[in-house]
Amino acid sequence: MEGADAVTTPVLQLHDVRLQRGPRQVLRGASFDVGQGELVAVMGPSGSGKTTILRAIAGLEVFQDGRVTVGGVSLTAGDHDSATLHALRRQIGLVFQFHCLFEHVSALENVCLAPVHAHGVRRDEAERHAHELLKAFGVDHRVAALPRELSGGEAQRVAIARALAVNPRVLLMDEPTTALDQERRGELGALLRNLVGQGRTLLVVTHDEEFARTYATRTLRLSDGRVS
Amino acid sequence: MAQTPAFRWAGDAEGGAPFVEADPSQPDTVVGFDVEVAGLLARGLGREPQFVQITFSSIDQSIARGDADVGLSGVEDTMTRRAALALTIPYYEFREVLSVRASDTTRFRTLADLRGHRVATLSGTIAYDLLLRAEGVHGIEAVSYEDDVHPYSDLVLGRVDAVLLDHVLAERRVRTLPGFAIQPEAVAVGHYVGALALAHGGLRDTCNDILRAAMRDGSLERIFRKWGVWSGDQARLYARLLAGESIPPVSLSRTSGMKEDALESAGTISPRQATERYLPSLLRASGITLVLSCLSMALAVAVGIGIATGRVYGGRAMRTALIAYVELMRGTPILLQLFVLYYGIAEAIRLPAFAAALLGLALNYAAYESEIYRAALEAVPQGQLEAARTLGLSERQVLMLIRGPQALRLALAPMTNDFIALLKDSSLVSVLTVMELTKQTQIFATNLGSWVLPGGLCAALYLAMSLPLAALARRLERRWKAQTP
Repeated sequence: MEGADAVTTPVLQLHDVRLQRGPRQVLRGASFDVGQGELVAVMGPSGSGKTTILRAIAGLEVFQDGRVTVGGVSLTAGDHDSATLHALRRQIGLVFQFHCLFEHVSALENVCLAPVHAHGVRRDEAERHAHELLKAFGVDHRVAALPRELSGGEAQRVAIARALAVNPRVLLMDEPTTALDQERRGELGALLRNLVGQGRTLLVVTHDEEFARTYATRTLRLSDGRVS
Repeated sequence: MAQTPAFRWAGDAEGGAPFVEADPSQPDTVVGFDVEVAGLLARGLGREPQFVQITFSSIDQSIARGDADVGLSGVEDTMTRRAALALTIPYYEFREVLSVRASDTTRFRTLADLRGHRVATLSGTIAYDLLLRAEGVHGIEAVSYEDDVHPYSDLVLGRVDAVLLDHVLAERRVRTLPGFAIQPEAVAVGHYVGALALAHGGLRDTCNDILRAAMRDGSLERIFRKWGVWSGDQARLYARLLAGESIPPVSLSRTSGMKEDALESAGTISPRQATERYLPSLLRASGITLVLSCLSMALAVAVGIGIATGRVYGGRAMRTALIAYVELMRGTPILLQLFVLYYGIAEAIRLPAFAAALLGLALNYAAYESEIYRAALEAVPQGQLEAARTLGLSERQVLMLIRGPQALRLALAPMTNDFIALLKDSSLVSVLTVMELTKQTQIFATNLGSWVLPGGLCAALYLAMSLPLAALARRLERRWKAQTP
C-alpha cells in the first residue's frame, strides 16, 4: 500500500513542516499521519530530507513552520521548550543509522540507562526488563560487551532494545538495513513485523525498496522536501 | 701584547644595599660596599672590575665552575665553603641578630624563648643552619625565605614570630619597615669573605695581601664608614688578622645555647653520612611535595571541570568571564601569581604558606585543565549526545552520564602530563617558604658544597613519585581505551 492515505487514529502527525538549513529549504511543507500499529517506510533520494524528518520528530531539529504531534504532544515551529521535549521524547524511540550506542558502557547498561535515570525505574527492574529485551532480540549473550565489541547486527539489536526499553509509542528508525546482509535484513524485518504485531508504531527511513515492499504497511515518498 | 683580562666578580644585586644594588640614578651600574671591595681588589690586581650578576644561592657553584673570579655579596665564611672553595681572609664581621615584633621584645629575647614559634631567615645562610640546629635544641620552627625582605614583612604581619639574620640586613630593614625591633644581644658572630675557586689559590693569596694592605691603610674602613656599617668589631677583626691570628668562621654566643661543632661539619662528611643525615628531611620534603601536588591537582581538576562546563554550556557573559580567567592565569607567570596570593593580598587575606601554595598551584593549573576538558567535551560525538537526549535524559544527565565520562577518558593522557608537570612546578612554592623537595635539596647542596649527591637523591625521589603515577595513568588509559572507539 502506497500513498499518504488518511489514518483513523494517528499516533504521529506532521502538518506542513517547513525546515530551512542555511540557504537550503530541506522540508517544504511535509505532512503525513501514521496510525497505531503501522510500519511506515519513508523513501526518497539521498539528500531529500528523510533523516531530517526523523530528527524533526525527535526534537533534534528546529523547524520554521508547521507542527509535529506524537501521542498528543505537539512541537511547534521555533525553539522547543524542555518540558515539551521531555513529554514528546517519552513517546518516541529513535534508532540511529550508526546506532550511537554509548561507547563507554556495556550493552546492558546502554539499555538500562534511560529507564533508570530518565524514567525513575528501579535498577533491578530495569535490568530485568533489559535482559528480556536483549533475549527477545537474540543478543542476551552479549550483555557485558562494550559497543565496539559488537557486530553491526548485534549493535543494531541492542540499539533497538535501548529505544524500546522506555516503552515508546512510536519507534523511529534511520536506514536500519544499511550495514546488513540479506540474511540479517530478513531477521530485522521479522523482528520489526513482530513489533508491529505487538501494536507498536514504526516509522522507518530507508532507501531499500525491497525491504520497504516486503515489510512496510505503507510507504511515503519524499521528494523536493514534500511527502507524497 | 695581550690585554689584561677583566676582574670578574660575582654578586647578587637583588640582595640590595649596602652590599650590592643597582644604582638608583644609573640602573646599569651597581653600588654598595661589596662593589667597592671588588674595586679595591681589582685596582690591587691592576685589572678592570667587571660585575657578574649571580643569584645569591648559586654564587658558590658559579665560582667553582668559573663564571667569575671571585664571589663577593655578603658571602659568609663557613667550614663547608672553606672545604669547597678558596676563601679570602674575612673583611667584615657581622652579628646574627634576632628581630621580633616591637610588642614581643621582652617576651622573645633569645632563641630559647621562641620554643614552638616560627623563626624566619634567608635560606643557604649560617642563620638558617643555626635555626635548623635550634629546631632540635630549642624546639623552634625554622622558616626559610628566598630573599631578606619578606622575612621582616611577614614578621610584622604575624606569619612568623622572629627573624634571625645578619645585623647589616636587620638594621637596613628596621629603618624602612616599622613594627619590629632588633634584640641587642647577638646569637652568633660571622664574617664576610671573598670566594674563589680552589684552583685559584694563588689569586686568593694576592687578594689577601690586597685586603691586609687595605686594612692597614684604612681603605676598608673608609668603604664601610661610607656605607654606615663600620663598627669597633671591624677594627678588632683587622687587628687580629694583621697580627696573624686565624679567625674561626662562626662564633656562637653563650645565649644561643648551642655548640659550634655540629653546625660546621657538613662539608667534611662522607657521601654515606651525608645521605643518612639528609635523607629523612628529603623524604619529609617529598611528602610535602606529594601532598601539595595531589591536593592542588584535585582542586585544579574540580575547578577546571567547572570552567570547562561553564564554557561549553554557559551564557555569553559567563563564557567571556571564564575565557578572561583562563587567559589571565595562562598568560602570567605562576611565580607572580604565587607572590600576589601570599604577599600581595596579605593585608586583606593572610593565607598560611601551604594554603597559598595549594591555592596558587590549583588556580593556575585549573586554567590549563579547563582547556583540556573543554576540548574533550567538544570531542564527544554529537551522535552520543543526541542518542541520550532522545532517550529522555536531561542536559545535566547527558553531561554527567554520557559526555563527562567519555570526555574524561579523552582527557586522561594530557591530565597525567599536567600532574607530572605540577609535581615539578610545586618546587616554585619554596618562594612562599614551603619546604618542598627542591628547596630541601638546595639547602642540602649548599651545606654540602656539592650538587652531585643531593641532585641525584632529589631526582630519584621525583622519579619515585612520577613514574608510578605515569604507570597508573597508562593502565587506566589502556583500560578506558578498550571502552572507546
